[in-house]
This record gives sequence, C-alpha cells and structure tokens, in this order.
Amino acid sequence: MSKNYNVIGHSKPKIDGPEKVSGAAKYTGDLKFPNMLHGKILTSPHAHARILSIDTSEAEKLPGVKAVITHKDVPTLKYGLSPARWDENIFCSEKTRFVGDKVAAVACLDEETCYKALKLIKVEYEVLPAVLDFLTAMDEGQPLVHEEYARNINTEIHQEFGDVAKAFAEAHHVRTDTFIGQRTYQCPIEPHSAISMWDAGKLTIYSSTQSPHYFQHYIAREFGMDIGDVRVLKTFVGGGFGGKLEPTGLEFAGAVLAKITSRPVRMFYDRAEMFAHNRGRHAQQMEITTGVDKDGKILGAYANFKMDGGAYTSLGIASAYYAGALLPMTYEFDNFKFDMYRVYTNLPACGAQRGHGAPQPKYAFESHLDNVAKDLGIDPMDIRIRNARRPDTVTPNDFKINSCHMKECLERAREISGWDEKKKNKVPGRGIGVSTGSFVTGAGYPIYRTDLPHASAFIRVNEDGTAATLYTGSVDIGQGSDTVLCQMAAEAMGYRYEQMKIVAADTETTPLDFGAYASRQTYMSGTAVKLAGEEVKKQILEMASFMLSLPPEDLDCEDGIIFSKSRDDKSITFQEAARKHFVLRGPLMGKGVYTPPKLGGTFKGAAVGTSPAYSFGAQIGEVEIDAETGEISVLGIWDVHDCGKVINPRLLHGQVHGALFMGMGESVWEEVLFDDKGKIINAELANYKMLTAMDMPPIESEVIDSYEPTGPWGAKEVGEGSTNPTLGMFSNAIFDAMGVRVNSLPLTYEKVWRALKEKREQEAAEKA
Amino acid sequence: MSNVITDKDGVKRYLITLNVNGDEHTILVKGNTTLTNALRDQLDLTGTKRGCELGDCGSCTVLFDGRPINSCMKLAVEAEGHEIITIEGVAANGELDAIQQSMINHAAVQCGYCTPGMVLSAKALLTRNPHPTEPEVREAIAGNLCRCTGYVHIVEAVLAASRGVLAPDDGAHATAGGAK
Repeated sequence: MSKNYNVIGHSKPKIDGPEKVSGAAKYTGDLKFPNMLHGKILTSPHAHARILSIDTSEAEKLPGVKAVITHKDVPTLKYGLSPARWDENIFCSEKTRFVGDKVAAVACLDEETCYKALKLIKVEYEVLPAVLDFLTAMDEGQPLVHEEYARNINTEIHQEFGDVAKAFAEAHHVRTDTFIGQRTYQCPIEPHSAISMWDAGKLTIYSSTQSPHYFQHYIAREFGMDIGDVRVLKTFVGGGFGGKLEPTGLEFAGAVLAKITSRPVRMFYDRAEMFAHNRGRHAQQMEITTGVDKDGKILGAYANFKMDGGAYTSLGIASAYYAGALLPMTYEFDNFKFDMYRVYTNLPACGAQRGHGAPQPKYAFESHLDNVAKDLGIDPMDIRIRNARRPDTVTPNDFKINSCHMKECLERAREISGWDEKKKNKVPGRGIGVSTGSFVTGAGYPIYRTDLPHASAFIRVNEDGTAATLYTGSVDIGQGSDTVLCQMAAEAMGYRYEQMKIVAADTETTPLDFGAYASRQTYMSGTAVKLAGEEVKKQILEMASFMLSLPPEDLDCEDGIIFSKSRDDKSITFQEAARKHFVLRGPLMGKGVYTPPKLGGTFKGAAVGTSPAYSFGAQIGEVEIDAETGEISVLGIWDVHDCGKVINPRLLHGQVHGALFMGMGESVWEEVLFDDKGKIINAELANYKMLTAMDMPPIESEVIDSYEPTGPWGAKEVGEGSTNPTLGMFSNAIFDAMGVRVNSLPLTYEKVWRALKEKREQEAAEKA
Repeated sequence: MSNVITDKDGVKRYLITLNVNGDEHTILVKGNTTLTNALRDQLDLTGTKRGCELGDCGSCTVLFDGRPINSCMKLAVEAEGHEIITIEGVAANGELDAIQQSMINHAAVQCGYCTPGMVLSAKALLTRNPHPTEPEVREAIAGNLCRCTGYVHIVEAVLAASRGVLAPDDGAHATAGGAK
C-alpha cells in the first residue's frame, strides 16, 4: 500500500492556474519585441514537382518587405529528428515533395504584407507524378520521393523473438486479420510560433516547443554553432501531443530572416499550415496473426505492418519500431515476429502523436484478439485475464517489467462497468468492449546519440527561506509538469508547495532536460527533482542540528517544520534554518540528475520501447448503435490504470480524460483527408472532427494502488498510455453490439452502416 | 459614425472607439482588421487567443454586449458602440470570478489556450442562466474546442461555480457524468 505524504498524492491547484484563467499567460505568439518583423513561409502547391525557377524580385519591391529568402540563402545541411535518416532541408532546391513543402520565406513589417509578398514570389514548377498510396509506394515503376531511397523504403524492420512458426504449428487455432489505421493530426489549439533574434552572433529563439533541448541541439547543428550560442526557451505552450517535438521552418527560416534583417522575426503557422506541416499519426496497414491453445492462451504472434511515412522521416523511424515493440506488453507470450516497412509518399511527414506508434497496433491486436475469442467461444474479458502480463517479467523483445497490475486493472474495470451483468442480459443494439494498453515511462535512450543525462534540476531557497525556486529544463505543455515537479520538490525538501516557484524550459537559465515526450517527466525529471530536494533537506537538517544542538539523524522536516524525532519540545521552522544557512554558508541549493540504467537487448532496434518502467491500463466502453443509420452513441467508458504512485490525482485523471477524448476522436471521427492531388481537404477544425463538450460520454477513471520500485515515490507514466486502449475498445464494443467488425479506422457511422447492410444482405442471400 | 482617413496608397483607415472592459480606446484600423487582431495587436489584450481565425475553435471568444462571439469573425469597425468584455475584464479588481477560481480548483485548465474563451462562454451562460443543467453547460461551451481535458473537469468546474461551491471533493477517484 502506498504511504501518505504531505504534498504529493494531493490535488494541489496548478501553479500556473491564475495566469491561465485570467488571460495573463503569454504564449509565444503573444510576445512582442521592439523592432520585430513578421515572417511567413511560401510552400509548394504540388505534391511532387521539380522547381524550375524562383523569382523573388516582385516580392522584394513591395513596400514593407524586409527580406525574401530561398534555398540559396540558407544552409543546405539536411536535418530531421531521427538521426539515422536526416532527409529534410530548410527550403527545397530541386523539387518539392508534398503540398506544404517549404520553398521560400519573407519577413515584413506586418502579417498582411507577408501574405501579399508570398503571392508575388513566382515559382515555376514542373509537376511530377506523385506517390499518394502507401500500399503501392514500394511497387516497381513508382516514382521516387527521394532518389536515394529505392522503392520508397524509409525504414525496414524484421525482428523475430522465439520461434513463431513452431508456435503456430503447435497452436490449437491460428487466425489472421488485417486492419487499416488512418492518419490523424495532433491539433493543439495553440498554433506553432517562433520568434528568432540575434545578438552579437548568438541566437535566441522563443518557441512553442516540447523540448528546448532538442531544438537547441538541432538548430545549433544546422547553423554550425556551439549549443552554448543558441538559446531556446518557451513561455506557455498551448498543447503539443507530439507535434511540437521538432524544430520546424518557423525556427530555421526565422533564424535566417532575423540574421539577414538584424531584427527579431516572429513566425507562425496558421491552422491550415499546421495541418500541412503535420507530423501526426501514421496511416498504416496492420496484418496480425496469432496462434492460441484451446483455452485462448497466446502462443505466438506475427505482426506484418506497412506505414505511410509521408515525405520525410521526422521521428518516424522510432514510430515504426514502436508499432511492433509495444505489442507484446499487456499479454504474455514468448514468440513474436515483427515485419515493418515505413514508406515515403508525397504527403506531409508523420511523426509522434500521443501514445507514439502504439494506439493503432493496439487497435488491430485487440480487435483481432476478440475475433480469436469469438472463434473459441471465450468471453473477451476471460481471454485477456488469462493472458495478462504479470509483474517482474520480461517481454520477448527484452523489456524488463517491474510493477504491473494488468490483471487487477481488468478485474476492476470488469466490476465497475457491470461487464458480467451486461454480457448476461444483452440489450439489442448495445455492446460492450474491452481493451488494454501499456506505455513507456520515458524512453530508455535519447533521440540522438549522447551520453548526457536525461534530466537534471536544481533548487534554490531564497535568503530568508520564504520561497524556493525549482530550475528544470522540463517542459509544461499543459499536462501540469510544473505543478507536479514543484509538489515533488516540496515533498523532498520537507517544504510547502504554496511557497514553491519554478523556472523551466529555458536552455540558458535551467539545467538540461530532454523535455515533454515519451511520457517521461514525472518519472525522469521527477527523479532529478527529488534528488535536488533531498540535497536541500540534508543541508537544512545539518543547519538545524547546529541550531538545536541535536544530531541530524534525530531531525526531520515536513511541511516547513523541522522537528526532533525523539523530543516533542524541539522544533524550528524551515525558514529560520534556511535564513541561518544563508547567513553562515551562503545560498542554500540542491541539485539532482537522472540517467536511466542500461536497458534492453542487443538486436537491431532494441533501444526503442525500452523504459525504466511501464504503465498498464484497461478500458471498457459501452455503445448503442442505431441500426438504421449506423450512429454510435457512447453510453459510458470505464478506465482503470496502473500508473504507480499518483502525485496529483486531479491532474492525473485530467490526463486520462484528455487521452480518452483524443482516442475517441481517433476511433470514430478524426481523419486527415486528401484529394487525388495530395492536398488536404479538411485542414480546418470544422471538418477535422474534434469532439466538442456535447460529444463526450460519461467517463469513470480509476487507479489501482500501485508502487513502481524504480520511480520517484513509486510513480510511473499516465499521459500517453491512456490513449492506447481506446481505439480497440471502441472496435470491440461495436463488434459486440452488431456482430460486425469494421476493419479500418475511423469507425465512422457510415462504415458501421455499410457493414450492417452487408451483413443483412448476406443473411438474406443465405435464406434465399 | 467613425472618421475615415485615406492613406497615401488609397487604403481607408477608420478611427473608431472601442469600449473594452469598461475602458474607451480610440484606435485607427483598416476595414479588414478583425476584432481579435485589434484587441491583441493594438490594445495588447493577448488573453484573446488566435486559434484558427475561421470561427471554428472559440479561442478568441469575447463577450459582445454580454453575448459570447468569435472575435475573429467580427470586424473591429463593427464593434464600435458595443460593450466588449475580454478575459482581462472578468476578474474585478484582481479578484478572480467564481468560474475562474472553480476552473483552477477543479484542474479544468491544462494548456490554458482555450481557457479564456471557455471562461467567457461559461460566464455568459451563468449570467443568463445561473443554475444550468449539465447538458446546458455542455451546449454553452460546445463552440470552445479543448484538446487537453476531454471537457470533464471544465463541465464540473462550471457546474460547481453555478452552485457556489468552488472546491471539488478531492480524492484519487474521479468520476463525471456526460452528455446524453
């Protein structure tokens, strides 16, 4: 059972709440600097085209235009996020590879002039045949998106653990199903922005970023600078979900425009440009084969996938590996084979979106598992409990699992959803489905190869002890890491949360942290913060020992009070001791650093999916289908999670709600759609159907009492993993309601209606 | 009627007076200047957010004679003679409004980008209907898209504010009813 604490484990109000509710919070696009210019990027209107000429002379003549740049004015070094495949340039020089590829940029006195100037840049294109279908992109005779990548293959993975052929040969039942996942987009409500400025050869960029560190690293690399000469910082960030993890043209082109004009330049993507930049979830085809014994115990699984990478790599190599790597998490089996091709197409690049790589394969596997259960006449809940992963196990691909309450999550979800009752007394048109998920608590290895620690922090107590400031490179993009880390700092120091302040996510004033991705900060940044807090506490207890004439081992500090463990009459406040420390010894500070242990196997790609700890969760959903229209009403969703010790319950459940909301959108409504020329036809929020408050069903979110032995106070992740079960849960609930399986996402009303129609026609034909 | 000035390029500029949060501001705008941009760029009221500039997301919501509108869909020149309340005008003398306090207490704020619009839509609702039902709350904020919260805590926060109970009953177990 987890223990009670003063600060952690409580729903402390968010540290940035007052600024955000009052409108005072400044996001990058809200900032202004003296003499600032506005910049915009000109993009390709064609999915695949050769650039014959670019004439910027008319644009340059327009009053108010201060600079126009093309590939001739910028470094030609290719960049990207996955280091194994740098394939993107600041501007295209020979050809453009998707509608939205960067061609030129302008800096002007105001935004309106930017739009006018872009129209005056004359680009002559020779339109080339485009690769728009990822399923045929590898075929002979297809045009090449990048000449250096034969058959448009970006990433190719072939892994086998154990002996899948043998497992299938010995199985009682072997089944294969194929599913399609659609392209979705993160859609943060805040558009991407960046403001670049130079001072004496040093570059400063304010950005709506999930990782100032990776931005700094890649921007310095592109311009051949020392990272010490590049400062990246953020103010408030209006959501990321994976889409703000890598520097964009806003930073690269903005830095060049700022250099040429010697003025700050503010750039932003409007909503359509955000969709075009994309880096959302890959569309993919997922063929899954599983062999089971007569009780439904999984003996082996084979995942044969193809992924639409779009025109560039982004973080897509990791996405491709993740798609397979996280499949053997929630169920135990020894034999696993994974084949994957991530292919280039002339569409916007895909990258990491919440649950990185895992939600769609989970949809496929969980849907497939229900099909298997039906073949065997086993209840979907029973087949899952029978196969559920246990603690202290190792996956076939060498991931070490410590804490794991998969079975308890399923059993509790079964209980609170009324699963057995609903299965027994089935209401026509209604269905109930279950699914599981698991996710990394931070990636075991950095995105680029480095031996730098993953997180570090320091805490400075002010001179009279009335406030303490946490300095961390970690990034609050809305998930609440600033709050949670201040709670952890206060808990470790024996201090009060209400007296904490934070300076975060600025490469100049805060110590290194890799940032907000892979659901890593509560655990990894939190471990560094805990160590920093403990260092402060050690020093303050030493000072109190001197002041109280008691041995330091006899003292402890909680909630701002230092007390003797043996005597009731001896105590002083944290403030008194902190002030004395400053007078006698100078600033009271503590520091902490975190590096994960060496994790994972030695096979190719073994690093992706490694993590010091994994979350687990089960979701159950109940739906009602209108057989006439295919309309899906969601009656309720129950989520039970094993995320270790909970630091802030309300923020945690907020993560589950948000993840479920995104997962629901991906399950039934959301999809980035293209016309036959590769142009997005719903690059706006009216037709990219994000759910409104009226569309959300009742949600019940619960946690299992859990303790992760390697985590700070036993904590694990929650933010991303909660998206993983949702798609499969919907698929299974619809299957249960109607007895038809929709094999492609999103599971729209129309697809459900068509599947029902086919079923009726088939039944009629059988009768006749 | 506003004064019209024609600049050297023949573009008309309108001298208008906007009543924002009870203050009168006289500014010069173009005919195509949206209310969002006038508030942000000329009055520095950046709590009014730009999210889509198409009237889809609700981040730029302001109260227009008490009614929530997407300020990106309103020209600045059309706003003359109307009372405009932005998020900066909701807290009176530094004291947060009940909705704002309730949003903090319920952790109804994540990234915060939709929050100003959300607060204003909720404010307009509670002003005209002090005791709304849950579906009424959901309908009132349906024009404000939030990508972080699934709206669960936001709906709780608005309902709590309507009951004058600003603090949630805290616990590791959180449930919420939804729209039917």
